[in-house]
Amino acid sequence: MIINHPILGPRDAQEFIYLGDASLMARPDGMAADAIPTFHDYLYQRDNPAGEHRELWYHEQGDRSWLVVTRNTVTHTITKVELARDVARALGRST
Amino acid sequence: MAEHALKPSTALGHDAPKTITIGSCQIAERFDVALASLASRRGQEGNVVKIAKASKLPLAAPAQSATGKSFGSFWLSADQWMIEADFAARENIEAELKGLFGSAASITEQTDAWVRFDVTASNLRPLFERLCNVDLEKSDDGFASRTVIEHIGCYLIKRSTALVTVYGPRSSAQSLLHVIETAARSV
Amino acid sequence: MTQNNRIAGGLIDRSKTLNFSFDSKVYTGHAGDTLASALLANGVRLMGRSFKYHRPRGPLSAGSEEPNALVELRTGARQEPNTRATVTELYDGLEANSQNRWPSLAFDALAINDRLSNFFAAGFYYKTFMWPKAFWEKLYEPLIRRAAGLGSMSKLEDPDSYDKGFVHCDVLIIGAGPAGLMAALTAGRAGARVVLADEDFRFGGRLNAETFDVDGKSCADWATAIVAELKSLPNVRLMLRTTVIGAFDHGIYSAVERVSDHLAEPFPGKPRQTLWRIYSRRAILAGGATERPIAFENNDRPGIMLAGSLRAYANRWGATVGDKVAVFTNNADGLRTVQDLKAKGVDVVAVIDSRNGDEVVDTSGWLGLASVTVRRSDGKTETIAATGLAVSGGWNPNVNITSHHRSKPIWNEAIAAFVPGEGGPANLVAAGAADGVFSTYGALQSGQARAIEALNELGLKVKAAALPQAEDSPVSIKPLWFVHSGKGRAWIDFQNDVTVKDIKLAHQENFSSVEHLKRYTTLGMATDQGKTGNVIGLAVMAELTGRSIPETGTTVYRPPYTPVAIGALAGRSRGKEFKPFRLTPSHKWATEQGAIFVEVGMWLRTQWLPRNGETHWRQSVDREVVATRKSVGICDVTTLGKIDIQGTDAGAFLDKVYANTFSTLAVGKCRYGLILREDGIVYDDGTTARMGTHEYVMTTTTANAVTVFRHLEFVRQCLYPDMDVQLISTTEAWAQYSVAGPNARKLLLKIIDQDISDVAFPYMGAGNITVCGGLRARLFRISFSGELAFEIAVPTRYGDALIRKLVEAGEEFDAVVYGTEALGVMRIEKGHVAGNELNGQSTALNMGLGKMVSRKKDSIGMVLSQREGLNDPNGYRLVGVKPVNTQQALTAGSHFLELGAAPVVANDGGWLTSMVYSPHIGSHIALGYLKAGDQKIGKRMRAVNFLNKTDVEIEIVSPHFFDPEGERLRG
Repeated sequence: MIINHPILGPRDAQEFIYLGDASLMARPDGMAADAIPTFHDYLYQRDNPAGEHRELWYHEQGDRSWLVVTRNTVTHTITKVELARDVARALGRST
Repeated sequence: MAEHALKPSTALGHDAPKTITIGSCQIAERFDVALASLASRRGQEGNVVKIAKASKLPLAAPAQSATGKSFGSFWLSADQWMIEADFAARENIEAELKGLFGSAASITEQTDAWVRFDVTASNLRPLFERLCNVDLEKSDDGFASRTVIEHIGCYLIKRSTALVTVYGPRSSAQSLLHVIETAARSV
Repeated sequence: MTQNNRIAGGLIDRSKTLNFSFDSKVYTGHAGDTLASALLANGVRLMGRSFKYHRPRGPLSAGSEEPNALVELRTGARQEPNTRATVTELYDGLEANSQNRWPSLAFDALAINDRLSNFFAAGFYYKTFMWPKAFWEKLYEPLIRRAAGLGSMSKLEDPDSYDKGFVHCDVLIIGAGPAGLMAALTAGRAGARVVLADEDFRFGGRLNAETFDVDGKSCADWATAIVAELKSLPNVRLMLRTTVIGAFDHGIYSAVERVSDHLAEPFPGKPRQTLWRIYSRRAILAGGATERPIAFENNDRPGIMLAGSLRAYANRWGATVGDKVAVFTNNADGLRTVQDLKAKGVDVVAVIDSRNGDEVVDTSGWLGLASVTVRRSDGKTETIAATGLAVSGGWNPNVNITSHHRSKPIWNEAIAAFVPGEGGPANLVAAGAADGVFSTYGALQSGQARAIEALNELGLKVKAAALPQAEDSPVSIKPLWFVHSGKGRAWIDFQNDVTVKDIKLAHQENFSSVEHLKRYTTLGMATDQGKTGNVIGLAVMAELTGRSIPETGTTVYRPPYTPVAIGALAGRSRGKEFKPFRLTPSHKWATEQGAIFVEVGMWLRTQWLPRNGETHWRQSVDREVVATRKSVGICDVTTLGKIDIQGTDAGAFLDKVYANTFSTLAVGKCRYGLILREDGIVYDDGTTARMGTHEYVMTTTTANAVTVFRHLEFVRQCLYPDMDVQLISTTEAWAQYSVAGPNARKLLLKIIDQDISDVAFPYMGAGNITVCGGLRARLFRISFSGELAFEIAVPTRYGDALIRKLVEAGEEFDAVVYGTEALGVMRIEKGHVAGNELNGQSTALNMGLGKMVSRKKDSIGMVLSQREGLNDPNGYRLVGVKPVNTQQALTAGSHFLELGAAPVVANDGGWLTSMVYSPHIGSHIALGYLKAGDQKIGKRMRAVNFLNKTDVEIEIVSPHFFDPEGERLRG
């Protein structure tokens, strides 16, 4: 596969490490009163769609950026590649 | 530099760097380069660019290298560069850069983290297409990228059509040289 | 032997005569021959035996689809089984042997299977070797394995090497026949970066095998002229002998280049083959078409060949299968063979065109075709003497690569063949015969059109140039899959001996879906993957079930297109080059000292250093441990991961990453930390030092250096994107040695320029210092051994000098250098966890470190480490273990059992994780995870190991065997 890196352009997927569902970025507050059930869902409840999937890839043999890649798991078509850092900021994780 | 009693050895384990010639290809170990990583602190990105400019330290664009009189650099990741300088003059590159950038940047000595091979040949494409997926033909001079050479994570810099620099992890210097030599014979 | 069946013409170089042997008999051929063409020219039709029935076989084809003519090529270590003679380029001195026969190709004892064919029908193995069950392993399987397989291996190491490489292009063109050449010419002239790959050793495809004209010259000459122009274009890369074997995602194709297969052996340093990973923006499949046979009784005899192949031998290689040739066809293309053979002066004894109702119903000749029995449309049969029979059942477009992404080919009634379907590789289109366009003009036009489309998509505007003049005959075919008469066997899959009868049997037994049919009969599962047989097989099934071919469907093709040597896939990664290695700064010195090394990840670390004639590793390790604890020992700890963490939020960042707190750590101090996974399991451990207000140096275990760094980047970019933290690995930048033992400080004082007294440099101190008169260095007062210990680091280039300096300075203290074994002994004596305990299943609580997980802050893994299941008071706890009888050995992996308890799972109390012999305790000692272990200190139990058959009475003790109060390390 080829991942169109937002900074570096098309790069071979062999350079990347795959992590999984991008929902892993939505880490809940560990100090909240209901943290245990919330973290359970955060860590273990994942969708496994046959189709479009937002997932985390790490450019280990590249610029060490984490990317959010929107990929169709059936066709492998990649429709969007974002810097995870930008996505995290958009999720309001800056503070 | 202070005079001390320890004698350096090259990544290949010798007193002096080695150059290997295979056909038209030369693989030269470089032992005269000081390296340090430089990363902008958050909110200091503009300041870092300003200081670098004032210090005649060229900061390379993404996937590029840059050269200057005293310093060169290549891009590592967002807001992070590897700074190259002459070792004899700047063995203490970390201290010098810290002096220049103060609290605007995080500076870390990297000199001995890497072995550097400068590879020259009349046609480098057949050699490097056996080593890594970099499209040398399409890359401009100055192109710099991390890449994998036989399982070894390296930085590759295209200095010119006839000269490519490979930085590899120092501990794998022998393995890296071996694969470059093997590819040079295979061309 | 003389080349009796050599006829005029062809593209061979008759001025170059090559000697070769087949089954030890010596023959001659010419440059440009294949092994098959040269053997045919020498009158040899019999080249192999079939897989199951051991039927005598000759070549069916002249290309890579060949099912029959498989030989063992070369001898000795280079012997290569199942090599297709039809694509083996002849070289001087070539040696080939027939296979799957005994004692000889002409007389094969196992040909008895042919007489027993009724027993060997489809499903034979499934039905026969069912019972008694015990017979399977001892009798049936060895028997079947001995009889099965075709060629044999040399069982010697392959002396050749294989390369891997990467190619980049705008347009990849697969196949260099008329469509491929035209596409390459169009794209090449437009200035695109073009790769043209062809499996053959001569570009041109069918143009080399036909006699008509293109643009007023012979089609082979036209191809030569085009290739010459392509060669002159710097943007076109011609890859001969290169088979594209698979399509992968997003324009990536893989191809095998047979760099040296046409040589007796590769030139020095050169690879035998190269596996290319081709990155393409657009790709055009111009892979041509493969002719298929017609099934009729005894249609597999040597001398019976595909019509297009028979004519290729005549036209390209100047070789004929015999002097009397009959032609059996269901389409107009077969008649070209008649015309070309006649032009070459070969006697065409019969033309059997099934479109007129004529059919071949049987043949004779055991080791080679002798006669053909023909039934004419009027029902009359006649037997005609013939040494060759050309058969054409029509042509199948080579759609294989288009279905590598699971796209199913679709049926085209007009040409009675499957053509590429929708949903193939996104950047790939088919052209020419591969797309079902069979005329030469059509192929040229299609190649040009597909190329222009691709170029336009790439933003290159091109106009269609005038196409050359070429034949444009329409396809005329009346499908005939098998001849409906006779009781004998009619072959469909020649290599796996699948006949029409087998398909009928599969249908009878209800294995009529194509996927079942394939697996039940093994249709298409041989090395040729059914290139000639698959479509006939499913057409027969369609007829039997009364369904149409599209209703019956087809299986899809998977990579590789043709068989690939495992060596090509391995590339250089074999033997000592399997993976790169990493050397520590003390490696050169240790090698001089005769150290024994151990692989730790890619690192080679000193395992122990034999001295004074020590012959057993335990002697060395015990000595290293005793000397370190008595005086001082030195150990290379460079391999531990080191990560530089800077920024104004570095402390806050570490508080997120570590279960314990680092933001409060004083500058100039270090602290042991635990990194948890989010699920609460311990991920890694190590000490991290605060070198400045905003500067930390983290150490990780050797094994996890890379993954911890990845994890830190995840936390930094994905979870806390605006923390001011910068990371860089410095593992390689520093040579780091541990100096441990009561005399560690005295030793270091000799080389360190500063005061390192307990006051100036207390336990867990860290700082920048200088050594040997001014060299910048780092010092950490940390201890894994439990002794007074320091870790000293200098820039790696000085590491070799420093180990020598330390050893020299240590002489007066009888200092030793110790390896990983002694390190292990000392850490177990101290009850420190390492890899065996950090096993990805254990929590801080399990390790006895539960209190380290701070609940005052939100760190990764903190929340889920509180889960009920991980906090069972009777869960595993780290304990120490000693044998009651100190003479008894312990074995890691043994399970804890109560005294007298039966060794069953229900009584399992946990297991011993690490075991060493402790010279200080004077016995084996171990660490282990024991259920409710903290409540069992002082208790006697057993350590039981079924694998080693040991059952040892043990005492459960504190894991801190040695100096439990830690007085020594604070000394």
